[in-house]
Amino acid sequence: MRLERRAHVPLHLVILAPLAAVFTALLLAAGLIAAAGVNPLTAYGEMLTGALGSRLSITEMLTRATPLIFTGLAAAVAFRARLWNIGGEGQFFVGALVTAWIGHSLGVPGWIGIPLLMLAGMAAGAALLAGPAFLRLRFGVDEVVTTLLLNFIVILFVGLMIEGPMRDPLAFGWPSSVPVDGDFRLPDLVPRTRLHIGLLFAIAAAGAVWLVLARTVFGAETRAAGLNASAAAFAGISLPKTIMGVALLSGALAGLAGSVEVMGVTAGVTTTMSPGFGYAGIVVAMLAALHPAGVVAAAVFVATVFVGADAMSRATGVPSFIADVIVALCLLTMIVALLFTTYRVRR
Amino acid sequence: MTKVLELHNITKRFGALTANDDVTLTLDQGEILALLGENGAGKTTLMNILFGHYAADEGHVKVFGQELPPGLPRAAIAAGVGMVHQHFTLAGNLTVLENVMLGSEPLTRLTSARGAARKKLMAIADRFGLPVKPEAKVSSLSVGERQRVEILKALYRDAQVLILDEPTAVLARPEAMRLFETLRDMTKEGLSLIFISHKLHEVMAASDRVAVLRGGRMVAERKTSETSPGELAELMVGRKVERPVRHDHQIGAPVLVADKVRVADGGETRLDDVSFTVHAGEILGIVGVSGNGQAALGALLSGLAHPASGTLTLADQDVGHLGPRGMIRAGAGRVPEDRHAEGVVGELSLWENAVLERLRTPEFSRRGFVRQGAAKAYTDDLIKRFDIRGAAPDTRIRLLSGGNMQKLILGRVLSNGPRFVLANQPTRGLDEGAIAAVHAELLAARAEGAAILLISEELEEAVALSDRIQAIVKGRLSEPISADEADPQRLGLMMAGVWTEDDHAA
Repeated sequence: MRLERRAHVPLHLVILAPLAAVFTALLLAAGLIAAAGVNPLTAYGEMLTGALGSRLSITEMLTRATPLIFTGLAAAVAFRARLWNIGGEGQFFVGALVTAWIGHSLGVPGWIGIPLLMLAGMAAGAALLAGPAFLRLRFGVDEVVTTLLLNFIVILFVGLMIEGPMRDPLAFGWPSSVPVDGDFRLPDLVPRTRLHIGLLFAIAAAGAVWLVLARTVFGAETRAAGLNASAAAFAGISLPKTIMGVALLSGALAGLAGSVEVMGVTAGVTTTMSPGFGYAGIVVAMLAALHPAGVVAAAVFVATVFVGADAMSRATGVPSFIADVIVALCLLTMIVALLFTTYRVRR
Repeated sequence: MTKVLELHNITKRFGALTANDDVTLTLDQGEILALLGENGAGKTTLMNILFGHYAADEGHVKVFGQELPPGLPRAAIAAGVGMVHQHFTLAGNLTVLENVMLGSEPLTRLTSARGAARKKLMAIADRFGLPVKPEAKVSSLSVGERQRVEILKALYRDAQVLILDEPTAVLARPEAMRLFETLRDMTKEGLSLIFISHKLHEVMAASDRVAVLRGGRMVAERKTSETSPGELAELMVGRKVERPVRHDHQIGAPVLVADKVRVADGGETRLDDVSFTVHAGEILGIVGVSGNGQAALGALLSGLAHPASGTLTLADQDVGHLGPRGMIRAGAGRVPEDRHAEGVVGELSLWENAVLERLRTPEFSRRGFVRQGAAKAYTDDLIKRFDIRGAAPDTRIRLLSGGNMQKLILGRVLSNGPRFVLANQPTRGLDEGAIAAVHAELLAARAEGAAILLISEELEEAVALSDRIQAIVKGRLSEPISADEADPQRLGLMMAGVWTEDDHAA
């Protein structure tokens, strides 16, 4: 048996690959659910109704999908250029922290303050990834290591800030930062739910990222540099500039995720506000085959698993950690699925 | 004569492509068989089937009358087949002896029998006339010596049949001739050999029998003594192909001038005291054995390397410090040495590759957005003007043949009206038809007054195209000689580093 590279990857395979990956991951997770003594079909049924069964559950799921779209875009942009940004989680938190910090005492009207705070969150995320990108370009330091380890540093730093200088005195000892001013809370998209207009920002961001990647000189140079660095260098494309540009864009998107989450949902920063949005963004990007439109769909799927798993856990007693297992399995099965779209198997 | 090797009715398909179509081939004891064919004719596929890297879809292989199980290199080695790959498979940080022993000992043994292995290696080296130093590090060896190690590696595993894939691709002509003498001696020791080649003169000089592959089919078999280069060329290509001829014309003013240029890379000198001048309407040929500084020269003229000392001027402008984009703006067009590594991004479309170098010019972008319409129209124009076949602007360039890919690269260079063109190994790996097309384009650019620097390892090509020729040896350039004075002996000496003050005067 050997693998042969396909001359063309037909469109139906591109669409089939994530579906097959998800199906396989659910099949594998079914084994674990069965081991917990529950019929997998019952469990998945509960999951589905838990995430999509009512107006409220759908809005809850979309609320969860919003930051995942941003972090998924952040990973997709970086991975396309072969910049392995595993630091989405950290960038999410610095974006959130800076937004809460500035947004707590900023004395401007909401329609100025909200875009300003989003920019601040983006700048914070971008700055956090600029460091690892610089270290890679200057000294060849592997950014997988630096971005991953920075996540822990950032989260500890967030803990320090919300126990200390940014502690919310009105939170009755609950570890939370001061909240953003009420003027900077994002308006609800659906009344009396948590769903806010950040979802529209996320979808707009997906469109903007697509435009940048597909239509601009920066996008074309990034693609060339990601696919064949030496040919790009021969054509006069500056690799350091390209990598740095990608790093700033990717970090900004992950920082924006944190900023929007604070203004839209939590108001203050806590160390538990993210169930791993940054890491799950990697899975979202892979399931989307790094395509911005796919990111939106994949984020909805991952959010369905997260929200549905809670409902399933309540109904069946299977621990909701199964959501993390399913999402992680999806990453592995997707990598295998991508192999089969690029190559065909011959005897 | 006993048949040591038989390939019967081998067919191998890759998707829609039939790489080998019903090929039957035999090898006699003590014979040297040349397998001749253009790139893509199916030579390497056939040998990979024989060696077990691929399994044939139909047909079978027999070695000494025994049928080989398909797809098992280990079985081929055990049956006495050895393969010397075109790209060496040696570990540079190990010694010759260690490389030879690698993989021939069971992993479960704790000690390795170096002493016995060394004795066996020396006996083989002695018997076949392949002298080596067993304790020398492979990284310190010359290319020719490394090839010797590759051959010894096969012989150490008791190969009776040796397959050499393009063995002279990396060798200078004198080295190649020495190799063929060695191979001839080896047949006297009972070995049988197949070597793969697309070079007619080698096949004529070194083989007993020639098998010609074309389009995956065996089109002819000839005794070498009963054929001619002309006949073989026609068999190989399937039609008469004539390369265009250079006509004398008026040479213009100097365009590109290098004066005592030194290029270093990580402290090591790659080009040393290099001076040359290319005039308008002139082709200056740089010949030499690969690895003598051609890569550094190419990088220098592409804007990827810069002089540590000395000057490089293009149309009276100092261009030594310019990067690729600056070089292009100054009027340089660049054809890189390796199409796949540097010339194109395989996964991108033709149009993206066509405009890659000039994405930031107003012609192809406005306010940061790519002008796709303009880029595709331009690519359509290139496809027509340069006869690029089997492609539309949206085709992924990886799917083009080497010749068509090279035509696109030449097209994007020449359509820009360059004053200076760097053509680095422009026909490497191309078939005869594509070579003729590339030569015609270069000569047309010369006729229009472009100054062209041709870096080539093919002497025939350099002599046919160039007005003047310089040799590159260990990062240094010989004085130029006119192409009319260039005969193979003299060029061979120049490439070996033998040039005297007499040559300077000439």
